[in-house]
Amino acid sequence: MKLAYWMYAGPAHIGTLRVASSFKNVHAIMHAPLGDDYFNVMRSMLERERDFTPVTASIVDRHVLARGSQEKVVDNITRKDKEECPDLIVLTPTCTSSILQEDLQNFVDRASITSNSDVILADVNHYRVNELQAADRTLEQVVRYYLDKANRQGTLNKSITDKPSANIIGIFTLGFHNQHDCRELKRLLQDLDIKINQVIPEGGSVKNLKNLPKAWFNLVPYREVGLMTAIYLEKQFGMPYISTTPMGIVDTAECIRQIEKHVNKLNPNKTFNYEPYIDQQTRFVSQAAWFSRSIDCQNLTGKKAVVFGDATHAASITKILAREMGICVSCTGTYCIHDAEWFKEQVQGFSDEILITDNHTEVGDMIARIEPSAIFGTQMERHIGKRLDIPCGVISSPVHIQNFPLGYRPFLGYEGTNQIADLVYNSFTLGMEDHLLEIFGGHDTKEVITKSLSTDTDLTWNYESQLELNKIPGFVRGKIKRNTEKFARQNGITNITIEVMYAAKEALSA
Amino acid sequence: MSNKISETLTFECETGNYHTFCPISCVAWLYQKIEDSFFLVVGTKTCGYFLQNALGVMIFAEPRYAMAELEEGDISAQLNDYEELKRLCLQIKKNRNPSVIIWIGTCTTEIIKMDLEGMAPKLETEIGIPIVVARANGLDYAFTQGEDTVLAAMAHRCPERILSIDRKDKTIQDQTIQDLFSFLPPKKKEEILESKKLKKHPPLVLSGSLPSTVASQLSLELKRQSIQVSGWLPAQRYTDLPSLGEGVYVCGINPFLSRTATTLMRRRKCKLIGAPFPIGPDGTRAWIEKICSVFGIETHGLEEREQQMWESLKDYLDLVRGKSVFFMGDNLLEISLARFLIRCGMIVYEIGIPYLDKRYQAAELVLLQNTCENLCTPMPHIVEKPDNYNQIQRMRELQPDLAITGMAHANPLEARGINTKWSVEFTFAQIHGFTNARDVLELVTRPLRRNNGLENLGWTNLIKKENESKV
Repeated sequence: MKLAYWMYAGPAHIGTLRVASSFKNVHAIMHAPLGDDYFNVMRSMLERERDFTPVTASIVDRHVLARGSQEKVVDNITRKDKEECPDLIVLTPTCTSSILQEDLQNFVDRASITSNSDVILADVNHYRVNELQAADRTLEQVVRYYLDKANRQGTLNKSITDKPSANIIGIFTLGFHNQHDCRELKRLLQDLDIKINQVIPEGGSVKNLKNLPKAWFNLVPYREVGLMTAIYLEKQFGMPYISTTPMGIVDTAECIRQIEKHVNKLNPNKTFNYEPYIDQQTRFVSQAAWFSRSIDCQNLTGKKAVVFGDATHAASITKILAREMGICVSCTGTYCIHDAEWFKEQVQGFSDEILITDNHTEVGDMIARIEPSAIFGTQMERHIGKRLDIPCGVISSPVHIQNFPLGYRPFLGYEGTNQIADLVYNSFTLGMEDHLLEIFGGHDTKEVITKSLSTDTDLTWNYESQLELNKIPGFVRGKIKRNTEKFARQNGITNITIEVMYAAKEALSA
Repeated sequence: MSNKISETLTFECETGNYHTFCPISCVAWLYQKIEDSFFLVVGTKTCGYFLQNALGVMIFAEPRYAMAELEEGDISAQLNDYEELKRLCLQIKKNRNPSVIIWIGTCTTEIIKMDLEGMAPKLETEIGIPIVVARANGLDYAFTQGEDTVLAAMAHRCPERILSIDRKDKTIQDQTIQDLFSFLPPKKKEEILESKKLKKHPPLVLSGSLPSTVASQLSLELKRQSIQVSGWLPAQRYTDLPSLGEGVYVCGINPFLSRTATTLMRRRKCKLIGAPFPIGPDGTRAWIEKICSVFGIETHGLEEREQQMWESLKDYLDLVRGKSVFFMGDNLLEISLARFLIRCGMIVYEIGIPYLDKRYQAAELVLLQNTCENLCTPMPHIVEKPDNYNQIQRMRELQPDLAITGMAHANPLEARGINTKWSVEFTFAQIHGFTNARDVLELVTRPLRRNNGLENLGWTNLIKKENESKV
């Protein structure tokens, strides 16, 4: 048992649901007790999704506990098949079904006989993997399922497209700025004259998965999800993949150079040279290179920062801060414990310390000890920063609704470098402003309680009403006090009791 | 099921495939209500993830709750539950020193049959902190019923009240109060005299967790009728739990407290006052009248007070009159809210509700029926354990003016041109008593007021054609 207040990565089934609901016309059925369909709320609220989340639960209740699910799961699958005719139904185990150890595969086999949809059981173990690992695995499982199926039916098309083309793997729902990143990647590839073969899972159709091998190469922008699929495709079809995250100027260039290498290898007739493009973008389209050179950024030299997040974002941001902006990264870390080796290798030489943990109190203690001028982390680090009065830029999941912006805010590609530069610069200047304010005594922030300037009052609050007033949350207390006194004056009352307080509330709200 | 509106209340039961919060969410409001408590949820990452997301910002305010996260070793019994819980509870004692630790049992502890009730008394004596066990799991309960299980467990911990001694106690108490306030200006003493003027009646304990301001509003309403509330379950602090026993009258203020009521009656020998719930001016009046009638006290000024409240609501009533409502059902407040909204002039098509205790809610159901009859409004369907898929089909046909629904469905319904109000807000907002009737209507009318402004812009339906039929 572990005493836990907060976690960076969610339980395994969330990862599976994120992948399943990102595909078009795929329905997930959770084998779970009432209330576990919380994923629907997250998707509907955070992503502001317009459509019903294609996730339902086959409810585990007392009866299931006593007798087993029996027909229930199969009935729920066939019912959903009739109601919505999805292409694929993914039966998703949860922590509850992990312990019940029912033969879910058997239910899947039975249901797939009667239903028109394909039915699979997500192969994830709640107690072994977290949300991100489960998402990675589920995506690979779905891709493998459809390629195997196409292979059996002989509909697999292994010939590559005439012109260079790419699959983008790992864009999905509730991902940190994923939608914007996807748009930016498409633009980047278009600039390089490369066609997009498919983007999966977001908006993809499982029916098209058999065409995945037609692309020349796969692009896996995020370390956490998509890598397993890319490795599978490489093994099975010899498709090369690029897993360098195009975040920051240096890594974006690196990513483009790798693309150039793969494209030229497969294209004997024509040789692409992307160097002029990289140069043009770096020096004149993206403002980030110029920003690094400008005197604004000079002021940031040697300032201390702390970075924490998922492996992809934490590693990339660390490199950007240290390599591209000259900021001193005192400590960098990730909660992706399963990918610690890769992370350490990436940030080697860019940070004084490395912290691998999924315990937020350790991160908090580290920040308190280092006292950086700015933090780049998740929502949790933002709150730690608030408590310690240190500004924080949010660079990674887990995040709140404000990190699903409506405006265009990619982190990848050349536009991404602009966004990151803004984020970094704004975090630091705010911090400096704050500091200066403190030195010079701050703004005039005397508390305003009454609207009039005179303080004498002819009203007395009795003991109970004062107590009652103190129970009212601080941010409205002043207003309630003012309103009550106004009401008392209007009615010629000089002695304020609880009764008067509530009479005032009723009178004023009426 | 047909959409025909019938003339008596009809009850149906569907498949139970509906969206609601897990009952462990009660931790969110109870840890804030009971100031000296610590809630330990014994469950998995799934439970933790739910709490963390449902409670949002609150988690960062050093909450007095935590997960005892079960790992693989706990599930396969490689680790000793008792030793593990002892280790965690000692840690909690050291860091927070609460007056009580409440263990919340979850689905997982049910399935692996962890004997929380058996371990608690042993551990309690060993570490010297009371441990209360509440099984608030998704196998058995929905959302607000979590509070019910906690309060039912807590009812066992209330001190015993013996009435004969009690009378003596009371005089002593009164004396000490006078001593305390003797230095205060004379008006204080008048107040004490006034409180002495309250009619003698048996002790009354109210059950249900309310923000302290709302609790004092309700106490005040009863005081106006010369009724003294002798305690609340739960109180602001665990150490202030009310004393219970034979001759103590209890009354619920929330419709989801049926287990608590049963425990109070059967185990603590209290007398239950079955009344409608004090939600809306009509409910509040009926609630007070019922309590008064049990104590043989004649009410005074109550009718005028209700009338006065209705008049003050006039601007909102004009907005809602004639509009139709559909409750998808997820927090058990539905019957009372529907009754209030019908009295406001709305038409309720369907009341979805996770679980309906017809005995505990009897008075509320009668009031609902009477309200419909008096206003000549068609009776709503009451659907227990609803099926969200079917409900959405029905809603598509009925096109209600307002759907009261969980957050999972709110945005998709709005995109399809149906006004929605999140049901969860009714759980967290102050909705009890005369004073807060306005707040209920503020919530109900908010989507109507907002969308009134947007209506003319011509983009009510915001989904793509091919997705229209998707549920």
